[in-house]
Amino acid sequence: MTDAALSAPLSSRRATIGRLLSDPATVAGLVLCSVVVAGALLAPWLSPRDPLEQNIIDRLTGPGSEYLLGTDQFGRDVLSRLLWGARISLMVSFLSISAALVIGGAIGMISGYIGGRFDLVTMQVMDVLLSFPSLVLGMIMVALLGSSITNLIIAIALTAIAPFARIARAPVLVIKERAFIEAGRALGFSHLRILLVHVLPNIVTDLLVMGTLWMATAVRTEASLSFIGLGVKPPTSTWGGMMRDGFENILDSPWLCIWPGLAILVLVLGLNLVGDGLCDVTDPKATQ
Amino acid sequence: MIVFVVRRLLTSIPTLLAVLTLVFLLVRVVPGDPAIAILGDRATPETLAALRAELGLDRWIGTQYFEFLGHALRGDLGTSMVTHRAVWTEIAEALPHTIVLTLAAMAIGCLIGIPSGVWAALHRNGTIDVLTRLLSLLGLSFPVFVSGIFLLIVFALQLHLFPVIGNPRPGDWVDGLHKLVLPAITLGIVMAAYVVRVTRSSMLQVLGEDYIRTARAKGVSRRGIIWRHGLGNALIPVVTVVGLYVGILIGNSVLTEIVFNRPGLGKVIVSALTQRDYTMLQGMMVIYCFLIVIVNLITDISYGLIDPRVKQ
Repeated sequence: MTDAALSAPLSSRRATIGRLLSDPATVAGLVLCSVVVAGALLAPWLSPRDPLEQNIIDRLTGPGSEYLLGTDQFGRDVLSRLLWGARISLMVSFLSISAALVIGGAIGMISGYIGGRFDLVTMQVMDVLLSFPSLVLGMIMVALLGSSITNLIIAIALTAIAPFARIARAPVLVIKERAFIEAGRALGFSHLRILLVHVLPNIVTDLLVMGTLWMATAVRTEASLSFIGLGVKPPTSTWGGMMRDGFENILDSPWLCIWPGLAILVLVLGLNLVGDGLCDVTDPKATQ
Repeated sequence: MIVFVVRRLLTSIPTLLAVLTLVFLLVRVVPGDPAIAILGDRATPETLAALRAELGLDRWIGTQYFEFLGHALRGDLGTSMVTHRAVWTEIAEALPHTIVLTLAAMAIGCLIGIPSGVWAALHRNGTIDVLTRLLSLLGLSFPVFVSGIFLLIVFALQLHLFPVIGNPRPGDWVDGLHKLVLPAITLGIVMAAYVVRVTRSSMLQVLGEDYIRTARAKGVSRRGIIWRHGLGNALIPVVTVVGLYVGILIGNSVLTEIVFNRPGLGKVIVSALTQRDYTMLQGMMVIYCFLIVIVNLITDISYGLIDPRVKQ
C-alpha cells in the first residue's frame, strides 16, 4: 500500500472488488461464510427446537426425519445446537480478532513511529509473545482467568496481538520517512493526527486482510479450547463443546462429531478462501 | 561456522530471559489469588496463608522473581502441587513422546509438502496446481482435533486398520510405530499444507531468476535445474516455515494427544490446567518456550548449512 493507492479513484476500488468477485475460490469462500452467518443470525427461526431442550427418550437418535441431524446424549437436537453454536464461534472470533487488530495495530504503529529504544523493547516483547505456541498460551490464559465468554475473547485476542503489531509496524517505518509526513509535521500537525489521518489509511488494508485470515485461526482456537473443556461453559452450545460431547460417544454415535466438525471446517475454509482472495487482490506478489 | 553458532547462541540468551520474565509475570499479574483458586473459596485464612508461604507468594515480588530465575536457570522447575513430584521429572517422562510425534509429523509434512509444492510450481495454473492449492487450503482449515477425530472414525472405527487408543506398549516398537501412524498423519496434514504453499511460491520465484535461465542455456538437464539449482535455492524460506511451524506443531500436539489418548506433554498440561497446578503450569510454559527457542536456533543454524551467505 502506498499513498498513491490511498488516493486511488473510486473506479479503481470498484475494479478491486470486481477482481475479487471474478475469482471462483473467493466467491466460494464468501458463500461458505454467508451460509454460516445466515445460520447464526436466523438461528431463532431456523432451529427446529430449543437447543437446550432435553428429550431423554430420544437420546442418541441417528439423523432422520424427526431429528434432521440426530440428537446428542441428552436428547438435544443437534441441528438446533449447531445453528446456535455458530453465534458463539462468530462472536468470539470476531470480537477477539477486532480487539487484537486494534490493540496490536496501535502498538505496531506507535512503536514504528516513535522508533529507537522504545521500538526495540516493544518488538522484543512482541517476539516473546510470538514464541509461545498460541494454543498453549490461550489454554493457560483461560485456565488462569476462568472460563467465560469474555475471558475466552481476551485470551484469544492476546494470542493474536503480536502478529498484528508486526504487520502494522513494518510499513510505518517506510511511511514515516516520506515527504507527506514530514510536510504534516512542518505544518504543526499533532503526532496523533499524523498517525490516524496519514499513517493509518496506508496500513488499514494489510490489517484487514490479516484480520480475515486470523479470524479463521480464532475460530479454530475457540473450537479447540472448547474441545479441551476450557471454552464457554455447558449447556451453552459451542461447536468445540459439541465435538467434546460427541467424542465421548464416538463408538456408537459418530455423527455427533461429524456435524460440528464439518461446521467448523466450512467456516474456517470460507474465511481462509476469502482471506487468500483478498491477499491476491491487495498484494498479487504474495500468493504468486 | 562455529563463530556464527556461538554468536547465535549468545543472542538467544536475552530472549530466554525475556520469556522467563513473561512467564513469571503471566502467572502473577492475572487477577485472583492462586491460593484461593487452588483451595477454593471455603478455605480458612490459616490454610490459605500456609499455602501462600509454601508457594513463596508471601514474599516481596522481586525476591520471588530472582528466586524463580535462579531456579529455572539451574533447571529446577519446582515441585508439582498435586503429585508432589519434581516438575522436571514429570515433564521429562512425557517429553520424548511429544518429540517423537512432532518429528514424525514434520517428516510427513516435508515428504508430502516439498515434492507437491515443486510439482505444483512446475505446472503453474494447471489442474495439478489448482488442485494442490485447494487441498492445501483445506488442510490448513482443519483444526487438528477435527481431522484427528475424522481419521479415527474412518481408519479405526470403520476400516479397523489402526487401534482407537494410541498408548503404545513400552518396549514394543512395532506397536509404537503402528499407533504413531494416525496421530502423525493428523499433525502432518497441516504441516504439509503449509510446506506446499511456501515451496510452491518460493520455487516459482527461483525458477524466474536469471541464473536458472543461464543454467538452461548452458544445457543443464531439466532434472538438474529443478532439483539442484531450483529447489536448492528455494529451500531457504521452506526451512524458515518448518522452523516457525514447529511451535504450532508442539501446540497442536496437545490436541492430538488428547484425541488419540497418547502420553505426552498434552496430557500433562491438561491435567495441570484442570487441577490448577500452578508450579506445573509455570514449568510447562518454560519448557514450551525453551523448546521454541531451541528450534529457532536450529533453524538459524540450518540456514548456515543451506545458504553459505548466512555464514559470513
